[in-house]
Amino acid sequence: MVNEIKALIDKEIRLELRQKYAINGMLLYIVSTVYVCYLSFRLKTNHIDKITWNTLFWIIILFTAVNAIAKSFTQERYGRLLYYYTLANPVGIIVSKIIYNSILMLVLSLVGFGVYGLVMGNPVGDVGLYLVALILGAIGFASTLTMIAGIASKAENSATLMAVLSFPVIIPMLLMLIKISKNALDGLDRGESLDEVMILLAIDAIVLVLSVILFPFLWRS
Amino acid sequence: MKQNWYKYLAVLMLSYVMVWGFLGHIPRQPVLHETARNLYFHVPMWFSMFVMLTISVINSIKYLRNPLTVIDDKAESYAYTGILFGVVGCATGSIWARYTWGTWWTNDVKLNGAAIGLLIYFAYAILRGSFEDEQQKARISAIYNIFAIALLIPLLIILPRMTDSLHPGNGGNPGFKPMDTEGAMRIVFYPAVIGWISLGYWITNLRLRIRKIERQANEA
Repeated sequence: MVNEIKALIDKEIRLELRQKYAINGMLLYIVSTVYVCYLSFRLKTNHIDKITWNTLFWIIILFTAVNAIAKSFTQERYGRLLYYYTLANPVGIIVSKIIYNSILMLVLSLVGFGVYGLVMGNPVGDVGLYLVALILGAIGFASTLTMIAGIASKAENSATLMAVLSFPVIIPMLLMLIKISKNALDGLDRGESLDEVMILLAIDAIVLVLSVILFPFLWRS
Repeated sequence: MKQNWYKYLAVLMLSYVMVWGFLGHIPRQPVLHETARNLYFHVPMWFSMFVMLTISVINSIKYLRNPLTVIDDKAESYAYTGILFGVVGCATGSIWARYTWGTWWTNDVKLNGAAIGLLIYFAYAILRGSFEDEQQKARISAIYNIFAIALLIPLLIILPRMTDSLHPGNGGNPGFKPMDTEGAMRIVFYPAVIGWISLGYWITNLRLRIRKIERQANEA
């Protein structure tokens, strides 16, 4: 099982590196979105509210995540999916996809944070806690959206459906993340955010368990 | 008579609520005054919505274990009745808020939770609409139904308890507290809950029967 997951993750990474345009496209996507925001707000340094800064960043990350993860089931051709179906265990497939997407989201959100901080100014008081929020967010987004991408890929016109299905589902997570990162932004005592971190971990756990239980049903159809 | 008991129950309870809800005695509360009567209409909407959605999810789980079209029809119809109650709940709450808070809608955890919950179920309806194949539609919407409800639970149950809210029942606002002291509201409120839930069951049953007839007409 562990070997199978390792092999599948390895396959995903190889696939990604072989078609470099996909990952480069995502990186360019996040950089240009940040730049569009920068120009739209016509920033002179530090002219933007802290709350706006934070919310804008998370919205950019959310859209990047939806775009990056939507392709995780549509990228490969139908025949090849059928081939995996004969070869691998559905639990292995979903776990490997979630882990791989989490890594992808981590890379994207860290790059995004860097660029965002560079052009929009970086008012974060407690960078450590902000990074914790980023990591939790990357894992949470990746696991929720992977499952939704699986659902949406089965339907026609899956791009719209992906957004429609995922936004309401992801809001509890987004609210918690914005709260934690707001605390980090203000440099509040870390104990203040403990509750939110625990809730986020709990939501992540629920999503993971549900994905593992439900994905075999999705895979079969 | 025997199989229609819930219809009689709904009519009986709701006519009692209509009459006694408007005429009965209610405790004087600052700010709320007569608007407290909304307790008999607004609150049971959410109770009924929860009951309907719970039955819908149970049917979704059942469908994954045993894929029968009848079970999927149930999951769908209960979810749609749940949406109906949610919309009416929003509307009654909104009208009430206009007279007590002075706005139709405010930024409040409970209101946002309700709105997001409705968004999720609208998405469920759209998801159902985007499949041609009956079996695939049933299976995949069942999966989404289960997935969505699990994420809705932290939103509707945990978050409102962590944050203060303007909504009655939270943060020292008068809400269910008059009910603790005053039996006058309780004798209307509980029948109202039972009445609205049986009405929901009735609506769903009608919808299910229409589905059944449609299916038979298609086959013939």
